[in-house]
Amino acid sequence: MIRLEKRPTPSRFWTAATPVLAVIATMVAGGLMFAALGKDPLEAIRTIFWDPLFHPQFAGYSRPQLLVKAGPLILIAIGLSLGFRAGVWNIGAEGQYIIGAICGAAVGLAFYPAAGWYIFPLMVIAGALGGFVWAMIPGILRTRFNTSEILVSLLLVYVAQALLASVALGVLRNPQGGGFPGSRNLAQYPAAANLELIPGTGMHWGVVAAFIAVIASFVLLQRHILGFNIRLSGQAPRAARFAGVSPTALVLTCLGVSGVLAGMAGLFEAAGPSGKISIDFASGYGFTAIIVAFLGRLNPVGILLAGLLMALTYIGGELAQFMLGLPKASIQAFQGMLLFFLLALDLTSNYRLRLAKREVA
Amino acid sequence: MIRRTLLATAALGMALAFGGVASAQALDKAKACFVYVGPIGDGGWTYQHHQGALAVKEAYGDKVEIAWQESVPEGADAERVLTQMALSGCNIIFTTSFGYMDPTNTVAAKFPNVKFEHATGFKRDHANVATYDARFYEGRAVIGHIAGKMTKSNKIGYIGSFPIPEVIQGINSYFLHAKKVNPAVEISVVWAYTWFDPAKEADAAKALIEQGVDVIAAHTDSTAPLAEAAKTPGVIGFGQASDMAAYKPSPRVASIIDNWAPYYVKRVGLLLDGTWEQAASWEGMPGGEVEIGEITEAVPADVKAEAEAMIAAITAGTYHPFTGPINKQDGSAWLKDGEVADDGTLAGMMFYVEGIKGDIPK
Repeated sequence: MIRLEKRPTPSRFWTAATPVLAVIATMVAGGLMFAALGKDPLEAIRTIFWDPLFHPQFAGYSRPQLLVKAGPLILIAIGLSLGFRAGVWNIGAEGQYIIGAICGAAVGLAFYPAAGWYIFPLMVIAGALGGFVWAMIPGILRTRFNTSEILVSLLLVYVAQALLASVALGVLRNPQGGGFPGSRNLAQYPAAANLELIPGTGMHWGVVAAFIAVIASFVLLQRHILGFNIRLSGQAPRAARFAGVSPTALVLTCLGVSGVLAGMAGLFEAAGPSGKISIDFASGYGFTAIIVAFLGRLNPVGILLAGLLMALTYIGGELAQFMLGLPKASIQAFQGMLLFFLLALDLTSNYRLRLAKREVA
Repeated sequence: MIRRTLLATAALGMALAFGGVASAQALDKAKACFVYVGPIGDGGWTYQHHQGALAVKEAYGDKVEIAWQESVPEGADAERVLTQMALSGCNIIFTTSFGYMDPTNTVAAKFPNVKFEHATGFKRDHANVATYDARFYEGRAVIGHIAGKMTKSNKIGYIGSFPIPEVIQGINSYFLHAKKVNPAVEISVVWAYTWFDPAKEADAAKALIEQGVDVIAAHTDSTAPLAEAAKTPGVIGFGQASDMAAYKPSPRVASIIDNWAPYYVKRVGLLLDGTWEQAASWEGMPGGEVEIGEITEAVPADVKAEAEAMIAAITAGTYHPFTGPINKQDGSAWLKDGEVADDGTLAGMMFYVEGIKGDIPK
């Protein structure tokens, strides 16, 4: 009979060890699944975790791609983590990401085909504003009418998706696109393009922004009174109120920051890797970022690592699919296992496992 | 001895040097790769492309290796998938959805020695990009005829994916041929804005059935509309992209089958021979790319005979589904009596024909 015993304080050793253990457990369980599918489990796991980083044929390309894929995840997750720490649940980053992309791209397209250094910065500002406004809707509804920001922000994702389809077919449609949906390719419009800053590195402005966000968030949480208030509100809401923290200001700040970062991530994606606003522009980064935020334990450095790990499983998963003919569902199951084991093993940092003899009644 | 080796080495060096430059070089072995927008198990569009890929393997055996990736999103991820495929040694890459158009051309610029074949698109920015499509509207004419004859409520439905010319052609062709045999017929179009989403497709079918529609055609990839139709007696539909034989004899009374195998086998063959060239292929029933699956006993014998006569006429090239007189939705003349639509107009078709109510989403 196994018994759980709560630890007085979370175990430092287990907090650090569980992510590693979770990855190992995933490899074992995933390997069994791949073997059941008739593939060599070692080869599959090597393809997912090793080849994108070190394979002579692919690594040169896929290593920079890790940053491209992880950039928006990290940027969004950093914003979300502040709110999550304070108990403000923004589940609708996907919607803010979409609206940011639409607003930023609209500004860029309005200038087309003019040249000017100021166009791209204006697009970034528009993208940030778009995400901010979209996040303020649940924010104001919560602070004024006490609605649940979880539901409102989530449902606004579907509104944003409908808007995205509408602008891709309507106002932002490429007039030279032969009637097909989708905007002009911003990546091919130099004044608006968010290209690699150094060729072959994957570093575009969105990745730079993600790194800055990690550092800023780290400093904020460690050194700034706002960071203290955020942590305090999450851990002890009543104490925070006595300490003079305004819940209204805190809710709006947390939603605002996460909206701004998600909106910027959307713009960087629309002007760079994706290149255009199209019906299927939204690729779920806003939802995956929630996983990244928790995988990284709401800690800026943790989020950085978690974002890179998620990106690795995506890119390695793609490789494994066409190199080994694995079905996509098996890769998704594999990613699911990673989260499952991580959350399950999290138990060990807060609880002690005790083997106890069953008492005789 | 030494001289022979030297010569052989020189010859090998020359072969390598020229093999890298000249594209008209025969290959002993080729790797053909396929990018799919949905899962192979969709039972429709992607399933048929995969059948084409398997046909390539079947035709060339050990000379060809095939690889594929399913459910690749049409955004930024497609470019990475294509690049990784090119890096892995694919000689020819088939990108089987409209949304891969830009990524295909972008990646093609970086890998001039790899051939790219993009389905249903129109951009061929580089010499190593070809496009191919099938005249699905020919099949729509046949099922439109059946729909016009079979509907009892005089309301037929169409689940549109995206408002792009390929889909508009299908709606127009389907409606024109239903109207021809049943002047009272009305069509409702529902836009799903997806190629593959069984839940959304089922919702669209449900909405149509609630409006009194009793014949449903779909331009999406899954079997969900047929599964939904099966729940209401009297509602029929058609297999789309694939035969969808599991729903025979009703609700699936006929089907439009995309048969990509002849094209894939031909193009990979050209690649092996070293005679692959850029092309824009648009074949239909005559070339065997569009087929009508078995018309079941749920369809009266005379209707079935008429449908088969139409199939024969289109296959023989004696009938074009867009033959005038046809007016546009606003009543203005499009095709005069006996005039046949040209491919350019069809490829950019963004208008409804007369009699269809509602607007194409803008």
